[in-house]
Order: sequence, then structure tokens, then C-alpha cells
Amino acid sequence: MEPFRNVISIVVPLDKVNVDTDQLVPKQFLKLVQKSGFGKYLFFNWRYDENENEKSDFVLNDPKLKNSKILVAGDNFGCGSSREHAVWALLDYGFSVIIAPSFADIFFSNCFKNGVLPISLNEKDVERLQQETGIVEVDLENQLIRMPKDEILFEIDSYKKKILLEGLDDIDQTFQYEERISEFEKLSTVPSVL
Amino acid sequence: MGRTLFEKIWDSHLVVEKQNNPSLIYIDRHLVHEVTSPQAFDGLRINNRKVRRPDLTIATMDHNVPTTDHSLPILDQTSSVQIQTLEKNCKDFGIKLFDIASPNQGIVHVIGPELGITLPGATIVCGDSHTSTHGAFGALALGIGTSDVEHVLASQTMWLEKPVPFEIRVEGKRKNPHAVTAKDIVLSIIKNIGTGGGTGTVIEYRGEGISDLSMEQRMTICNMSIEAGARAGLVAPDEKTFDYLRGRKYTPKNFESLVDTWRDRLKSDNDAKFEKQFVLNIDDIVPQVSWGTNPGMTCDVTETIPSPDEFSKGDSNQKKGAEKALDYMDLKPGTFMEDIKIDRVFIGSCTNARLEDLVAASKVIKGQKISSNVKAMVVPGSQLVKKQAEELGLDKIFMDANFEWREAGCSMCLGMNPDILSPGERCASTSNRNFEGRQGTGGRTHLVSPVMAAAAAIYGHFVDVRKMDLN
Repeated sequence: MEPFRNVISIVVPLDKVNVDTDQLVPKQFLKLVQKSGFGKYLFFNWRYDENENEKSDFVLNDPKLKNSKILVAGDNFGCGSSREHAVWALLDYGFSVIIAPSFADIFFSNCFKNGVLPISLNEKDVERLQQETGIVEVDLENQLIRMPKDEILFEIDSYKKKILLEGLDDIDQTFQYEERISEFEKLSTVPSVL
Repeated sequence: MGRTLFEKIWDSHLVVEKQNNPSLIYIDRHLVHEVTSPQAFDGLRINNRKVRRPDLTIATMDHNVPTTDHSLPILDQTSSVQIQTLEKNCKDFGIKLFDIASPNQGIVHVIGPELGITLPGATIVCGDSHTSTHGAFGALALGIGTSDVEHVLASQTMWLEKPVPFEIRVEGKRKNPHAVTAKDIVLSIIKNIGTGGGTGTVIEYRGEGISDLSMEQRMTICNMSIEAGARAGLVAPDEKTFDYLRGRKYTPKNFESLVDTWRDRLKSDNDAKFEKQFVLNIDDIVPQVSWGTNPGMTCDVTETIPSPDEFSKGDSNQKKGAEKALDYMDLKPGTFMEDIKIDRVFIGSCTNARLEDLVAASKVIKGQKISSNVKAMVVPGSQLVKKQAEELGLDKIFMDANFEWREAGCSMCLGMNPDILSPGERCASTSNRNFEGRQGTGGRTHLVSPVMAAAAAIYGHFVDVRKMDLN
């Protein structure tokens, strides 16, 4: 995974609560066996009409917002299915920061495995960011969102911050505890399946 | 101080404990299916890693298998590739696979329990959010993403922030348990606490209203924990749990000695502290029907569709959500639920496609014909459920009523196979999610119990199934 660097971009305000992962990537696109190429399916049913023409009333189709890297959405973002394809699609489209008042647990966890930073802020700060039309900088090292005339501090747990900043492989981290895992297995009373 | 059941399972699976950071927990059972695993196996290959414990891992194919004759080739090329990929991965990495030809193939959350693979007190993961189903056996069962699937394959562990314990106490007795079901209990819970009400928690369902339920009904409840946003949901095991598991195909040989330990240990202490609590009294609950585009948007079958103002109770974001949902569902506030006509009926999914569900629905259907305006199908949760149902003659009851009787799979719960709604079609569905487009682009889903779905099939619109003679 690439180390996470400061993200500098305008924001896309997505004024919706309970955005579920079925909307992020509809099920007909889950049949691929690789991780790449999901960006074109992001919000597919909201982005395109039945003839696959862009719907002009959907925010991602606003030409001024096309190259944004920061998505700012409503409460309980990423609820529903555990499909990691949702994160692969956001990343492949270009988003590396998602900001919302709250996130669903599995989606939140999936973000960190792919170098995407989810940030929870209070509703007021989320609204302020949704109205921001200028360039915003997300600085993970200092846990700071810099707006043209303002800034917002955010929280993140130290382990997850380290994983992102150093671009660490989760499994390599775990293998450092190989002895502890083997020890646990010796004492486990749970039988094998077969 | 006492501990909750969840905390006891957590503590006994800690490999590395870290305060205020994720801890490393050991996984006892890993269930794998075709949709969320290919990229995980690829990751293992790229890094030259192996599966640490193939003996704790099993796989099946369920999400995009066709529910027509399983002996025929799969027409959808991409589905076919995904299924072949799972076959190859299981072969290469030495994992037991229940493939499409196996008599034990089925929805992963149906076959785990029915084969005795699911165990009380165990940690169970699967790359599927409805893994919470297995919590009905007093297991800590977690849905995970593909990166975690890879992590568990490689290390048999995963990093997890400790969720907080949430007690949901279900009190009282249903007046008509044939018509008011476990599905109605769990939809009532989600209606009350909301789709984010369980975020960051593990729910323990307790009380008379839960202990009264059969194992299959408890699975329906735990299955939908994720629809309230919970990391997992569980029920403390009791004699019903042990009786269900006894003598199944993969029940451990030392089962009785395990039961002795489980009986003593697997319950929350009297002085255990739950950080959140919610109480539902079910004395007077009635059949539920969802009207919107998330499972929290649900009302009694006797009610009318609420206005966005009534629903949102002053929250402007929720109000906007409800307006959009009504627009998508093409429904107007004030419409009586029983006046809503349907085009399709789906009885299936990991929520409601077990034998008891099919028996209950068949009692509504028996001797009747479905409405000429309705297309209806039954998709048993597993090949074993299908076989047992056929032994009871249920296939005949459903087919005589003009239902289609299909092979096992996830089917129209998420429509990854050819079973989908056409744009604008309205479906009474026993599945778990009524999200936009879930059952097919432009399709409109109403979540209900199997008996409510069966009644709607006959009348062509929703009806209060309590009015029907179900004995």
C-alpha cells in the first residue's frame, strides 16, 4: 500500500444519509475477480440513466467537481453489505478521503486496508465542509482539515494512523506475532471442522 | 465485575490485546464464498503465502449460482468465471468446498448451522455482512471485507476494535405466533433503534421473547443485526441450541463434553454491564412491512404510509431520505399498507429460507392459487432444506399454487444471478434489504415474513395474515 500523503482538492458534497454499499457499487458489478477498474461503476444507478448517459442532477456529474479527491456525505455512510468493492470503486474513481458524521463499521474498517481515510466529524462541521467551494487540504500527520478561511481538527486511532502514513501491510504486521498465534493454537479447545 | 457473553468470547480469543487500539483475535471458523474471496486468494499468491488453517476453513458457492437446474452450464460468463475461480482456489489451497453439485451446497449462513460447523462460543467470520446469523448459537460471528478474508486466510486472526455490548431485551408473548414471527420482531427492533442504532456494538438478544423462539427463528433475528448497523448479534446458547447441533454432519466428536463447558460458561453474568440497552415488548406487535429503502423504514401492516415529517421527527436529513425513498418506491403518505398491490413474491435468503420458514408459508398457501397478477418463487436456503421440504411435500403445495420451486442459492435477495426484478416491479420479499435496486435496477422491495409474503401472493396485495386461518 502507498503511504498516505496530504490530500489537496475541492470537495464533493453528497447530501444523503444512509448511503449503502449497494449504491456505491451495484451487485451486477461484483463479479470481477480483481480489485481494479471499479471506478466506472461507482454510484452507477445514480450517475447514469437507463441508456448509460450521465444524469445531470447527480453531484458527481457536475463538471466543476470531476477531479475531486474528497467526498463529504451524510450519516451512516457505507451501511449494508460488507463488499470491499465499495472502497475499491471510491479509490479507483479518485476519492482517498471520505468525510461523514458516522460510518458503518465494516466499511470503515475496509477503508484503512486500502489507503482510504474515513473521517468522522460532527454534523455542523460536515455541513460547513459541504458548503465549502474552495480548495481543502487534509493533513493526516497533524489530523487537520485546512479550509481557505478555517480549519477543523479530527480524531483517528494511533494504530490506524500509522498504517496509513507508513502504507503498512496488515498481514506483515500480524506475522510479527507469529509466536503468540502458535501459542494460542496450542491451547485452543475448538476442534477442526472436518 | 461480571462480564457479558460477548466479552467472555472476546477475552478467550485475544491473541494480542491493545487498549484503545484494535486487538488481534483468533478465528475458529472461516466461511468462504465466490464473490468476496477471489482478490483475497490473489493476494496470497502475490505474496507467496499459504492458508494457515485449511482445517478451520470451508467454502461454498451461493451468491451468483443460478436457481434453475444446477446440472446445466451457467450461462452468465462472468458468474461462471467467479465460480470456477473459487473451485481452483479451494483446490490450490486445500480448502473443503461444497460446490454446486454437492448435496450440502447452499447459502453459507444456512449450511454452517445445518452441518454443525457453527459452534457456540466460537469466533466465526465470512466475507458477508449477514454472518451475524451464526450468533444465534452464541458465537461471535462477524462479517468482514475481502482484505480481512485474506488476513484470516493467512493468519487465522484479525485486528478488531472491541465493540461495546448492547442488550436488546424482548419481553412478553406474541398473541398469534403463527402470524407474528421472528421477522416481525427484528423489523420492529430496527424500526425503533434505526439502521445505525447498533453501530460499534455487539447486540445480545435476551428475554422471554427470545428464549421462546426456535433456533431457526433466532437465526432470523441475529441475521438482521447488521441492518441495525451492529458488528454482530448473539443469543446465549441453551438446550435448544445444543439439541439443534447434536448429531449433525460435522458436529465435533467430543460434542457432549463441549456442551458441559458451554452450559456453564456461555452466558452473561448477572452483574454484567451493557453500555446500551433497548427493550421491546411483543405482547401487542403485529406483522411488519417495510415501505422505504432501508429496513428502518417499516410500519405495521395495519398502518398507512407515514409522511416524511411523521417519519423524521424533525430531523431534516432523515426527512429528505424519506422523501427520496417514497419517490423511489412510488408511494404516497396516507396509503393503507393493505392497499398496496404487488407484482412479485420472493420466499428465500439467509434470513428466511430454512425449513420452518417454508413450512409456515406452505400453510398459508395450501389449497390456494396465487393471484393471476403475481409471479412468485420459493428458493430454499440449501440443498438439504430443499430435500427435507420435498420429503414433506412442500414443493407440491407451492407448485400447485403456481409458485416456482427452485434450487438453493442467494437468488433474488441480491439479484447477482438471473433472478431479478424488472424496473418498477414491486416485490414482497422475505429477504433482509430493501435498498434501491437491490433486487434489480428500479425494483421495489418490501420486507416481510414468509407468512406475510405467502398471503400477499394469494391476494395480490399486502394483507394482515392474522386474519387468515393458519392452523
